[in-house]
Amino acid sequence: MQKALTIDPGKCTGCKQCEMACSYVNEGEFNVSKSRIRVFDFHEEARFVPYTCTQCDEAWCQQACPVNAITTNEMGVKVVHDNLCVGCKVCTIACPFGTVNYNASTGKVIKCDLCGGDPACAAACPTDAITFQDVEQGGFDKMRQWAARTTAGTEPSGPNAPA
Amino acid sequence: MGWTGKILRINLSTGTIATEALNMDWADKYLGQRGLASKYLVEEVDPRADPLGPDNKMIMATGPLTGTCASTGGRYSIITKGPLTGAIACSNSGGYFGAELKFAGWDMVIFEGQSPKPVYVTIFDGDVQIRDASGYWGKTVWDTDKGIKAAHQDPQIRVAAIGVAGENEILYACVVNDLHRAAGRSGVGAVMGSKNLKAVAVRGTGGVKVRDFKTFMDATNAGKKVLKENAVTGEGLPAYGTQVLMNVINETGALPTRNGQDVQFESANDISAEAMATPRRSDGKPNLLTNQACFGCTIACGRISKIDETHFTIQNKPEYWHASGGLEYEAAWALGSATGINDLEALTYVNFICNEQAIDPISFGATVGAAMELYETGVIDDAVTGGIKLNFGSAEALVACVEATGKAEGFGKELGLGSKRLTEKYGKPELSMTVKGQEFPAYDPRGIQGMGLTYATSNRGACHLRSYTVSSEILGIPEKTDPLTTDGKAGLVKAFQDATAAVDSSGLCVFTTFAWTLEDIAPQVDAACEGNWTVDKMLEAGERIWNMERMFNNNAGFTAEDDNLPKRLLKDAAKTGPAKGLVAGLDKMLPEYYELRGWTPDGVPTSETVARLAL
Repeated sequence: MQKALTIDPGKCTGCKQCEMACSYVNEGEFNVSKSRIRVFDFHEEARFVPYTCTQCDEAWCQQACPVNAITTNEMGVKVVHDNLCVGCKVCTIACPFGTVNYNASTGKVIKCDLCGGDPACAAACPTDAITFQDVEQGGFDKMRQWAARTTAGTEPSGPNAPA
Repeated sequence: MGWTGKILRINLSTGTIATEALNMDWADKYLGQRGLASKYLVEEVDPRADPLGPDNKMIMATGPLTGTCASTGGRYSIITKGPLTGAIACSNSGGYFGAELKFAGWDMVIFEGQSPKPVYVTIFDGDVQIRDASGYWGKTVWDTDKGIKAAHQDPQIRVAAIGVAGENEILYACVVNDLHRAAGRSGVGAVMGSKNLKAVAVRGTGGVKVRDFKTFMDATNAGKKVLKENAVTGEGLPAYGTQVLMNVINETGALPTRNGQDVQFESANDISAEAMATPRRSDGKPNLLTNQACFGCTIACGRISKIDETHFTIQNKPEYWHASGGLEYEAAWALGSATGINDLEALTYVNFICNEQAIDPISFGATVGAAMELYETGVIDDAVTGGIKLNFGSAEALVACVEATGKAEGFGKELGLGSKRLTEKYGKPELSMTVKGQEFPAYDPRGIQGMGLTYATSNRGACHLRSYTVSSEILGIPEKTDPLTTDGKAGLVKAFQDATAAVDSSGLCVFTTFAWTLEDIAPQVDAACEGNWTVDKMLEAGERIWNMERMFNNNAGFTAEDDNLPKRLLKDAAKTGPAKGLVAGLDKMLPEYYELRGWTPDGVPTSETVARLAL
């Protein structure tokens, strides 16, 4: 089963625990400016939105890389190989979402690699705004919510309803 | 680690910027933030210095857990000598500014002197500059925040700023960061204004390290689990914010109403958390849109509200037709109950203006309450108020007052004196609901006796955050005590004061203590910092900090006579509710408190106490 980060901005409080967990796992310190996931605060609209790489199937970053430093692993994750990356930043231009970024202190690019299959951001999120689940079921909870609304307030009418 | 080990010293008179190593001997005794910065202040500032003069200093300080993944680890404090009180001031704020300062590499910033012209300071990692702020002087906090981010082309900058009130030394002007988080009390914004310092803009790209990451992650995860499973921090605060208290405290008969004339407000429910969440009759939408966390906080008690666009306060002001920081309990009380006003939308608007112009809503609302009593008893009239019909219950009057005070115009300037100076000016000092010149907040000591001793002995003037015995007396945390008796309250207040001083020095938020004790906190601090931080060591640091603050105040001229309460609380019994017939029994608690503290009957730490705490 392929898994992916599922993000529900409606549950996000803007606490940045995801950013700290990410930077701790990847940088060995708490440093939100180096986090691969970022929370955006649309203050006047009262919305907080966590955002990170969605691991495109046909990934622009991967296709743009001139030295094949970005490969796809068995979980479908696009992984940057630091030993191959030359820091040309073409992938950062190619990515339509801005989720691959250059790290000046290493001269390499950084992006979400799902922590090798156990993403720290999802584990750290206190409100389940970020979860790690079956990539094909990402919309399941939302569908369920809307499904509940389609028959809300009506009497059971199926074949098993009391006569 | 935990600390970055570096501090910035910025002299605004000379324009010099210096860096120095953090005094680690002091860090071992005072931990960080409130305690450690107070140590620097006590060592460097004459207790008798003019708070608004060049000899006062203003310190912005983080704690060792600021900028870590410890829940609520994003706090910073502003420590200075306060102009409202003349006592040591320490105002604590959340948002994201504190963590950003830490990421920029600094434990604290000490501002000295007075700039000859308006300036703002940028701290971009190690690049620190004093810049011309003439383009921002006279502007609101919100416009300044927007302007600085645009000027430096960096939306990730975090700004702490004063509004027009602080520029004009309104005595309870505060410092607002991240648009609606405030270092709120004691007039720290007036000190910033006196230094001609409009704003501090910070951007940090460095990391924060702790002593033992593995142990730290285990300790902080255990702490987060406790917060999540606790009814107050896991359910009540995220859903209702601190406003969960409005109806509770009203039913307790401890909601100071109309300048403390009553202890229950008949319209409390109209301005409560429940009201904020209920769809409005006008537009079918609730006042409250969502909750927000400060940096690192897994509780998320912050309120984000939007005012009804058709409400009289903003119907012609589309610039306020957006979401921003909503009412928390103390603000809702001061703006509503202290003034007898039940218009939730008006209170939300006034709260917006308090954030936009950086004034403390507690002192502001309480001062308006006192002014309303002056007005209704005929001591002041329309000629004094500039035509404002200052009756209890008038939302229109409150709105006119906040706009005038925010801009330091007309009657707003008089309100900006605070209720002590205002009532003295008109010969009615007994109408000021203050201790040491600072307005007391949303708990009436007649109905919650421990809060009387809390207010009377608070080192920064009347305040609930120095020993929140409401936890024990009303909520039963950590154990229930009877709010109507004075028995045992001296010990309770001392224990809360010492523990809170330690928490305030760590980088954590005191709201965690609805669920956490020092047993939960010490392991997190210890995993982050060198120095074997046990519960006992934290408590001792807390007691040391409390006594250090006290000695500064004694040297500033305060005496035991200042450990007092307004006569109204001591003489006029509560008229209704569970506390009906009771006055605040301060005289029954204060001598025992002095004794437990190891102070003389005159409230001075004995030489044994000073020696025991290595002060």
